[in-house]
Amino acid sequence: MAGKMMNNRYMQLSWAMMKTGIIGYGGGPSVIPLIRYEAVTHYKWMEDEEFGEILALANALPGPIATKIAAYLGYREKGTFGAIVSVLAHIIPSGIAMILLLTTVQFLSSAAFIQGMIGAVTPVIAVMLGMMAYEFGERAVKGLGKYVGFGFFAIAFALLQGVHIHPAIVILLFLCYGAFHLRTVAALQRRKQQKQQRSVQKKEGVTRGMD
Amino acid sequence: MEWINLIIGFFIANVLGYGGGPASIPLMYREIVTNHAWTTPMEFSNILALGNALPGPIATKIAAFIGYDVGGWLGLIVALAATIVPSAVALIVLLKVLQKHRQSPIVKGMTLLVQPVIAIMMLLLTWQMAQSSVESIGIIQSLIIAAVAFWAMQFRKIHPAIVIVIAFAYGGLVIPHLHVL
Repeated sequence: MAGKMMNNRYMQLSWAMMKTGIIGYGGGPSVIPLIRYEAVTHYKWMEDEEFGEILALANALPGPIATKIAAYLGYREKGTFGAIVSVLAHIIPSGIAMILLLTTVQFLSSAAFIQGMIGAVTPVIAVMLGMMAYEFGERAVKGLGKYVGFGFFAIAFALLQGVHIHPAIVILLFLCYGAFHLRTVAALQRRKQQKQQRSVQKKEGVTRGMD
Repeated sequence: MEWINLIIGFFIANVLGYGGGPASIPLMYREIVTNHAWTTPMEFSNILALGNALPGPIATKIAAFIGYDVGGWLGLIVALAATIVPSAVALIVLLKVLQKHRQSPIVKGMTLLVQPVIAIMMLLLTWQMAQSSVESIGIIQSLIIAAVAFWAMQFRKIHPAIVIVIAFAYGGLVIPHLHVL
């Protein structure tokens, strides 16, 4: 009977997504390997390559990553309703736990030990945010190169903190430029190569002339 | 009418957060604390701490709590929908239509160029958190806790959730008896 139930795709989807939503500590990105295990290894909804393709596209889009993947897997198996079931199964347990815990904390917020807890955890959060900042910065430097990367850090800092432009506008500006960035780099490199070739040809011409 | 602000706020924060939930944290801070004053900076740090100590995606946990806090169950549904639906629908549509553009240099370049902005926003948020920490427990304790937390997470590779639980334990059991608050 239980086996028959688990053959139902909705049951599979909800169970897989609920499990990954509960086990996955550390936010969306850390849960991806768990979802891959359920989708590819356990339930065999798809091949590893297809999962990789979905992940690549999901990474290129904005928004939380785990819910994007959950929605697509649900949609792929059972259409729109499957997407809804799959996302809800993934987020409801942790969402409810969060509300219960925080409401309790707020209720007790005047108590000295809660004040102490909040005080002690703030520096930890500052460190975690700092480490995340470093990770994002590292990715930027890896992708853009050291000089260009630090140049963009400076521009972003000036716009956000110096001129106080809304972050949404700063991100949109960077996105617009980003659409042309790789093409610009390619064009610059091509020009450089042509120049080098030309100078090599010129030199060769000169030496030949000397002969 | 607060729920319209919830929709707009969580929509903006998540639709601009390239790189998954964590990238949206500074953007959510901006909407939640700076723009709408739904919570204080201290409380946001608290929400982030508990959110990180609990399993599951981070962006939806924050949206669920703020939504519930601001507008009850309707607020919760609205904030969650604004967080999840736009990007989920975008992925489904994009996978159906644009499967061949995955390697597109335009998409790759856009993803790449968002990274420096997010890094700087994270850095500014780190600074704000550090400030509110110093205000609440003083500079010496803040620095010691920060140093221990960094050592534990970066060098000992201890899971952040465990570090957060230990910090909670220290704060609950030790700090009230230090008479620094």
